[in-house]
Amino acid sequence: MTHLIAFLQANEKSVRAVCWALLAVFAGATFFVDNHHAHTWVERHVPFFWSFFGFGAAAVIIGAARWLGRSGIQTGPEVYGCAPSATCEDE
Amino acid sequence: MEAGFIHPSLLLILGALFIPFLQGPLRRPYLLLVPLLALAAVILNAAQHGNFATFAFLDWQLVFGRVDKLSTVFALIMALMVVIGTIYGLHVDRAVEHMAAWFYAAGSLGAIYAGDYLTLFLFWEMMAFASVFLIWFRRGPQSIPVGYRYLLIHTIGGVILLAGIMLRYQAVGNITFDLMDVANPQPYTWLIMIGLGLNAALVPLHSWLPEAYSEASFNGAVFLCAFTTKTAVYTLARACAGMDILVVAGVVMALYGVIYAVMENDIRKLLAWSIVSQVGYMVAGIGIGTDMAINGAVAHAVVHILYKSLLFMGTGAVLYMTGKTKFTELGGLHAKMPITFLFTAIGCLSISAAPGFAAYVSKSMIIGAGFEAHQYWAAWLLMFGATGTFMYNGLKLPYYLFFGPNNCSQDTWQKAADPTANMVFAMTLGATLCVLVGIAPNALYGLLPHAVDYTPYTAYHLVETLQLLGFAALAFCLLKRFIEPVDRICVDIDWLYRMAGRGFLWLVRRPLQWCDTAWGEAYRVVGLHSLMTLSRFWSWFDWHAIDGVVDGLARSVRALGGRVRLLQSGQIQMTLFTAFSLAAIVLVTYIFFQLS
Repeated sequence: MTHLIAFLQANEKSVRAVCWALLAVFAGATFFVDNHHAHTWVERHVPFFWSFFGFGAAAVIIGAARWLGRSGIQTGPEVYGCAPSATCEDE
Repeated sequence: MEAGFIHPSLLLILGALFIPFLQGPLRRPYLLLVPLLALAAVILNAAQHGNFATFAFLDWQLVFGRVDKLSTVFALIMALMVVIGTIYGLHVDRAVEHMAAWFYAAGSLGAIYAGDYLTLFLFWEMMAFASVFLIWFRRGPQSIPVGYRYLLIHTIGGVILLAGIMLRYQAVGNITFDLMDVANPQPYTWLIMIGLGLNAALVPLHSWLPEAYSEASFNGAVFLCAFTTKTAVYTLARACAGMDILVVAGVVMALYGVIYAVMENDIRKLLAWSIVSQVGYMVAGIGIGTDMAINGAVAHAVVHILYKSLLFMGTGAVLYMTGKTKFTELGGLHAKMPITFLFTAIGCLSISAAPGFAAYVSKSMIIGAGFEAHQYWAAWLLMFGATGTFMYNGLKLPYYLFFGPNNCSQDTWQKAADPTANMVFAMTLGATLCVLVGIAPNALYGLLPHAVDYTPYTAYHLVETLQLLGFAALAFCLLKRFIEPVDRICVDIDWLYRMAGRGFLWLVRRPLQWCDTAWGEAYRVVGLHSLMTLSRFWSWFDWHAIDGVVDGLARSVRALGGRVRLLQSGQIQMTLFTAFSLAAIVLVTYIFFQLS
């Protein structure tokens, strides 16, 4: 396992190229699959729909988490009036 | 108990009671044997159908063993989980930890097999009171307060459930635990749903879960992640299927959990938030209520137990070996914990619904059922949440824990290593099942409560999933700098009731205490003073007028008391000796006179 990961890390450029190629294959497969069982109109008529959906949803979630975190959701432990937890006796 | 039905809870409870007496080399085989027997009992019970272990109690018929497809599938996965969880913690010496875990599992299995609300309530509370020990046994600085908060919330949930049960009994005249008339909900319908839903972590009744599960012991969390919420899912599927509000509640849970998990810095709290999110899918499926949706919810509960326990085992291994749980104190661990990384990665792929892994065959059933039931908004939002699941669990967790910036201290790095053989074996078991269910789902589908007409491995579903995951991964790679873990906690809704609790304490300690003190002082000055003056007069009158003139009894008693007082040494032993001696004399005298 560690050797495989080390090999992949050593060939980062090739890994990136393979990833881009895979993305292209996934997106291109849109034109080769029967989508008449899709549930909604957009799935049937918007090319690469799930690619856009996946990217867009991930971007929106990252943006929402960032905004909420900066809005005060992420804060120090003193907000609950407790000290930061220390290590337990077993660990 | 009728022939043919063996209650696995009985085996676990009796088995737990004997654990302290088994020491040394006998302990581990015994710890393996009892869960295997419980699993065997559940497998044997699966061949039955109907009500077993029925007892008459007052005017009611208690049913401890209702066996049908719904209870069987949940009982099977719970019993399997007891085996895996016990193997994972096999090296733990403290008997009480195993006892708590088995009592907890017994509560879950008892609730699943319960055919009436009273039996359900009994096992429901057993779950709450046994599971809190899995939090306390971590023995951390926060374990005690977190455990008490957990117990308090579950006690409140239990009271709400009991109120619903009593109102329902008053209204319908029986305690049978079956599907309620959700189309015409009564106050008891809502109370029962809320009582059950609290254990399923319905938002906003969810805050106990991330706090408690992240604070549990390394092996306790493996049990916790499986039993409470999924037992609640079972009970909701049994009693509240088709209740519309659950669709809304489920979608809110799915999205709420995603956002908090993306922000979370603690690896086990991230997984706890993930439970809120994933249980949201099940709750939504139950709310949709069609056969396919219920099948999807049940299938997702089963695979969720498999992959979530695997993930808690992986992160538990990190905690056990390094003592750390924060991304900001970890990182780059693949080099030191390659086996743990491999199994955690399988768990991550499973929860992300990657093709070939567990959730691929279940999550899409729920979403598909949403589309087929024309609940488009719910289906789209659940799909949106599924992308988030891949983001925080499929990408963020493995990246920042096993790769990414190495934030380990020298001490943490030195301690990091793959865990003990039994922990690795338990993870192997969990990972194997995740893959098996993912590539051959028909065995799981055969256990579901309704006939399954669903094929997950279609070309369209495969391409849809690969596009979704692939491009979400691209977005993560490009934007991950915006969600880099920071050493902060995330304020949740529990802040409101914790602040309300503090406000109450302040109210009691300050204004109410002041009022009480002022009233006491006023009474002392005005009321007590006059009463004492009056009493002194009557005392004087009694002593000098009544006793002095009439009988002299008070003087005699005081004189006697002055002499008896000399006998008292002030030591409790002497006082007890005298008291018991006098009692013995009185007793012997009494017996003597009775005999004569």
